[in-house]
Amino acid sequence: MGAGDLGRVYKDGEVIVRQGEAGDCMYVIQAGKAEVLQEQNGRNMRLAVLEEKDFFGEMALFEREVRSATVRALAEVRILTVDKRAFLRRIQEDPTLAFRVVEQLCHRVRRLNEELAQTKTGT
Amino acid sequence: MSFGLFSSSFKHCLLSRPDVNPSNLKLDNGSRVAVIGGGPAGSFFSYFLLDMAQRVNIDVQVDIYEPRDFSHTAPQGCNMCGGIISESLVQLLAVEGINLPATVVQRGIDSYMLHMSVGSVRIGTPLHEKRIAAVHRGAGPRDIKEVKWKSLDGYLQWLASDKGAHLVCDRVDHFDWKDGRPQIKTRGGLVQEYDLLAVAVGVNSGLLKIFRDSVSGYEPPRVTKTYICEYHLGQETIEKYMGSSMHVFLLSIPRLEFAAIIPKGDYVTVCLLGDDIDGPLIKSFLESPEVRRCFPPDLPLDPPSCHCLPHINVTGATQPFADRIVFIGDSGVTRLYKDGIGAAYRTAKAAASTAIFQGISAENFRQYYWPACKRIAIDNRIGKIIFAYTGVMQKLRHDLRGILRMVSKEQMKDGCNPRMSMALWDLFTGSAPYREILLRMLNPVFVGRFIWNVVVGSLPIKRGRRP
Ligand SMILES: Cc1cc2nc3c(=O)[nH]c(=O)nc-3n(C[C@H](O)[C@H](O)[C@H](O)COP(=O)(O)OP(=O)(O)OC[C@H]3O[C@@H](n4cnc5c(N)ncnc54)[C@H](O)[C@@H]3O)c2cc1C
Repeated sequence: MGAGDLGRVYKDGEVIVRQGEAGDCMYVIQAGKAEVLQEQNGRNMRLAVLEEKDFFGEMALFEREVRSATVRALAEVRILTVDKRAFLRRIQEDPTLAFRVVEQLCHRVRRLNEELAQTKTGT
Repeated sequence: MSFGLFSSSFKHCLLSRPDVNPSNLKLDNGSRVAVIGGGPAGSFFSYFLLDMAQRVNIDVQVDIYEPRDFSHTAPQGCNMCGGIISESLVQLLAVEGINLPATVVQRGIDSYMLHMSVGSVRIGTPLHEKRIAAVHRGAGPRDIKEVKWKSLDGYLQWLASDKGAHLVCDRVDHFDWKDGRPQIKTRGGLVQEYDLLAVAVGVNSGLLKIFRDSVSGYEPPRVTKTYICEYHLGQETIEKYMGSSMHVFLLSIPRLEFAAIIPKGDYVTVCLLGDDIDGPLIKSFLESPEVRRCFPPDLPLDPPSCHCLPHINVTGATQPFADRIVFIGDSGVTRLYKDGIGAAYRTAKAAASTAIFQGISAENFRQYYWPACKRIAIDNRIGKIIFAYTGVMQKLRHDLRGILRMVSKEQMKDGCNPRMSMALWDLFTGSAPYREILLRMLNPVFVGRFIWNVVVGSLPIKRGRRP
């Protein structure tokens, strides 16, 4: 990690958040890639690959649920943690901070819709 | 035309004009916005104004007036500050999609060393993560040989330009009103009218006096002088002597309120805040053993590579808005002694969202922008109480020993609630509001533990065993 790199480096395969665990922060990728995996019937299914500027773990900030998926480093990835309290306090003062979070959630819903449509039509 | 001679009767003229009903003051397609000052506040304002305008499909033109070239070394290219981007700002920017690049961040900070007359202690973040950035505001100090990192202000300006802001490399000298609209004149002779003016000239600009005389109700912030200097140590030496720690000092030196040494790439920055900073105060700080220990013994501390005596706010501005004008960053309201760049982000964004979603009349700014400023101003009052207390404490060796003992114990035990460490971390790094820090310090468990540590720390124990 270079002197000017912010955040923390996770090595290839290292788990950043684990499905089913409680979480009180979200994460923003600074450099590198991470994969989102969901465990079903003992098998890991890859849901998405996240890249620089993408964030994850935000669902645990808004719902009081455990992590819905596991996120694992794909090669070396550098990640910045965003504290729940500071983030929610700031959203209360400046609701426009949520724009990007909502935007990313919209992208995800759009992608899921497309995948669902593909599955239903069998393409 | 008489620039700068605007009287407070303007508002009456404005309100009596039938076409200028304040509730009609809004930004629309083709509206023109001038941002005076391209430091953090000006660039953040331009960036977010354009971002929000694009979201609601309004096509506005933004011109940033900034005479400094941030790719220049020495004071010509520098906005004079310690160069710490607080933990909270680093996180917020990441959420905004702005990851500070390693071409700008010279060092990620993950801990700080607290130096007191009774000893020193290292305080690490609980996450063991680098979430504070040390940067240079310009391209580097006067004697820099090779420019390896870019300026923070230059980077923020690039973000604003990339969003569509137009940069005018000129100094605004005068301001007046023309048909109810702000009109500015630059040193280069350019005269332009705008629908909205965002004033982000900091507190080291003579232009604020013109606005004080021209904008009814606006009173610029009160300021005090500070001292900043830079020393060239080279990366290896910095790594050896400072690592990724910021060094803060609570020393019993008369008139010195707060001092910090911030490691960067090849340089370290020394910042002093206090009453009437002058030569003798600077000398007694640099010669104190606690400071000397942070530097290689053979390094001459005089003269430094670069130095300056910029102003810092001690109060916020009064009524930092009027119809079609808003004062942001240091020219408006900022945080006391800490996280000024974070406050510039907050006020700039509050002003931009008011202008896009509410309107640009004084009433709009009073209703939607002023609360953001007031929150900072109220918190600063609490900050003053905390700084007054730390000022007294610097002279009380028993209290200092109590702090030293409490922090040392907390840092040794993983898993315990590091109450004192976190309070000091947030106080020195500006990561949490002063109100939150004070509430934590008034917690009975905190007070109880502190008193216990003061008592135990004052007991005569064997030499060398005291932390
Ligand atoms: C000693 C010291 C240490 C500090 N350390 C830190 C720190 O570590 N971290 C932190 O977050 N904050 C720190 N601050 C505070 C921080 O510097 C300010 O809060 C921050 O720079 C405010 O940004 P701004 O854009 O409002 O003003 P500025 O940064 O002052 O920018 C104002 C801009 O306006 C331009 N300008 C001025 N007049 C005109 C004109 N007439 N026409 C056109 N342009 C003009 C200037 O050239 C400048 O670029 C420190 C301050 C001091 C004094």
